[in-house]
Amino acid sequence: MYKYDSYDQAMVDARVEEFRDQARRRLEGSLSEDEFKPLRLMNGLYLQLHAYMLRVAIPYGTLNSEQMSVLGDIADKYDRGYGHFTTRQNLQYNWIKLEDTADILADLAKVEMHAIQTSGNCIRNISSDHFAGASHDELVDPRPYAELMRQWSSFHPEFTYLPRKFKICVIASEKDRAAMRLHDIGVQIVKNETGEIGARFYAGGGMGRTPMIAPMIREFVPLDQLITYAEACLRVYNRYGRRDNKYKARIKILVHELGRDEYVRQVEEEFAHMLEQGVEPPLEEIARIKPFFADPAFEDGPKQVDRSDPDFALWVDRNTNRHKHDSYVSAVISLKPVGGIPGDATGDQMRLMAKLAKQYSFDELRIMHTQNVVLPHVKIGDLHALWTELEAAGLGSPNLDTIEDMIACPGLDYCALANARSIPLAQRISERFDASGKTEKLGELKLKISGCINACGHHHAGHIGILGVDKKGLENYQLSLGGSEAEDTSLAKITGPGFTEDGVIEAVDKVTDVYLDQREGEERFLDTYRRIGMAPFKEALYG
Amino acid sequence: MRVLTGNDLKTGDVIWWTGEGWSRHVDAAADAGETAEQVLAAEEAALRVNVPYVIDAAREADGSVRPAHIKDRIRALGPTVRPDLTLKPKDPEALDWII
Ligand code: HEM
Ligand code: SF4
Repeated sequence: MYKYDSYDQAMVDARVEEFRDQARRRLEGSLSEDEFKPLRLMNGLYLQLHAYMLRVAIPYGTLNSEQMSVLGDIADKYDRGYGHFTTRQNLQYNWIKLEDTADILADLAKVEMHAIQTSGNCIRNISSDHFAGASHDELVDPRPYAELMRQWSSFHPEFTYLPRKFKICVIASEKDRAAMRLHDIGVQIVKNETGEIGARFYAGGGMGRTPMIAPMIREFVPLDQLITYAEACLRVYNRYGRRDNKYKARIKILVHELGRDEYVRQVEEEFAHMLEQGVEPPLEEIARIKPFFADPAFEDGPKQVDRSDPDFALWVDRNTNRHKHDSYVSAVISLKPVGGIPGDATGDQMRLMAKLAKQYSFDELRIMHTQNVVLPHVKIGDLHALWTELEAAGLGSPNLDTIEDMIACPGLDYCALANARSIPLAQRISERFDASGKTEKLGELKLKISGCINACGHHHAGHIGILGVDKKGLENYQLSLGGSEAEDTSLAKITGPGFTEDGVIEAVDKVTDVYLDQREGEERFLDTYRRIGMAPFKEALYG
Repeated sequence: MRVLTGNDLKTGDVIWWTGEGWSRHVDAAADAGETAEQVLAAEEAALRVNVPYVIDAAREADGSVRPAHIKDRIRALGPTVRPDLTLKPKDPEALDWII
């Protein structure tokens, strides 16, 4: 794990005191809300439906036990005993008081955490593969590069007031577990023909009201030009992004309107110019960062589990990922108990996960964009003991990548921008599919639910997506099919007219019936949809 | 009726204008009528409310107040998915009121 140096710590500490003073001035009235709002947003503090909401950054989703444990303590001390893990690999607290916020930020700073750049039109927390540094199929660990980009993008004065928010993702395997091409910039660390490591760039992806898949803009950027190239991409966007219209201000619109080729031409021109200026950090910097992410001391041990307990065997099959060391796996702790709130964890659960990480995973945890938690390096020989503790705490649901492992945004239960509630749908669908035993039959099926067009719940990228809309003051839901955020990225298509809450749950049941009826061989829902198209599903829904 | 609502500046709590002050209970809300905008500006300036706005609501036969929009009903009660954290954790019918 990256450790702050004295500069990092001094910057974060100074920021806490700066915010303490800003909050004091707001509480005294010398700052108006109009003046204070941009300041609090730069520190991740929103005003939501029931209270202030604080969004804490978890850089590329990696954290250690102490940090997780402090997150749990903050939930208990300042919130109402829980927090919500999000698709941006962050954590949100829903019931924060303005008068407590500086103290919370100070508690976070003590364990090298903050809420800086988790809101506003700046470069946001950089996301990455939740199995980074652990998975068998990666080229290298992408996190040193993500960390380099985090340092470059933190407090970058040129990019503090971009036309709109900016999200970057860095991965290093062909398998995309981080929705890389749905980011403003997606970076894949690759090897070229001569065996040299570099970065492939994608730009102009995103969800929201105009979803777009990022086209590739450069096959290979040498590592000693990585930051310069990223800076060139941002510069062209910063110069020409549509500041006149919030809905057209994301880079995806610029890339789309200019066309990929023209955007690339301008970036290349800027890049050539910037290479002459020598803005690239020296390669020693990446060499300094890399050891923080060195492999822990793996030991040989059992390579198989005892499968005599079928519940345990099912959990192992579903919730573990193959590790690069054959005596280890990455274990996924599901935050999707049947009927539960996707992504919510209590303070006790956070502290338990912290303890388990210390005991079984070299002190390390990851947050997945699918709102679950990963213990990246667990000895196969320890899996049964781990699972037993998870089960006892309600964290052992064996449902990774099934319909019960859905993403749901906070929706109208918490979010001021929502049109409709998302969480109750998630709860009812998981209860229904679990009770009927259908989850098992369906296999991999990615359901994603957003409460409004902003698409925080990734509905465009769901095999099945649900979008909450407002129909004359009543909650209504649009169903869409065929999205994917994996390496075969695609955007879901709307089936037709929307449904009521009961109606959309029935509709999900019906489309899964069509799949079970029509599937061939090992096809997943998505494969069947791609083969047979929308018509049979429409027929079942509206025919 | 025209009801004034916003959040408490310090705590962020959802609050409702009672005619004399602010309450966390929507049923205590008063009809601010024509004076709504005026009260709103004065109360905001006095730091007694943050980001206030005016909504339409109806006084029910039993005297309770029902905001016209579901968003304000959820604000008034609390998250429907955590009845334990709403203002009426023990009332099994409280959630029906939202819809
Ligand atoms: C509750 C407070 C939240 C607010 C006010 C909020 C606001 C927004 C807005 C306005 C957008 C659209 C941006 C645009 O298209 O230009 C957006 C997109 C997004 N948000 Fe949120 N959001 C909230 C919570 C969340 C949560 C809880 C998550 C994760 C579960 C999340 C993750 C995302 C993602 C992934 C996108 C879309 C991807 C993209 O195009 O960048 N947000 N959000
Ligand atoms: S998708 Fe809409 S409702 Fe859901 S969290 Fe984002 S802004 Fe809120």
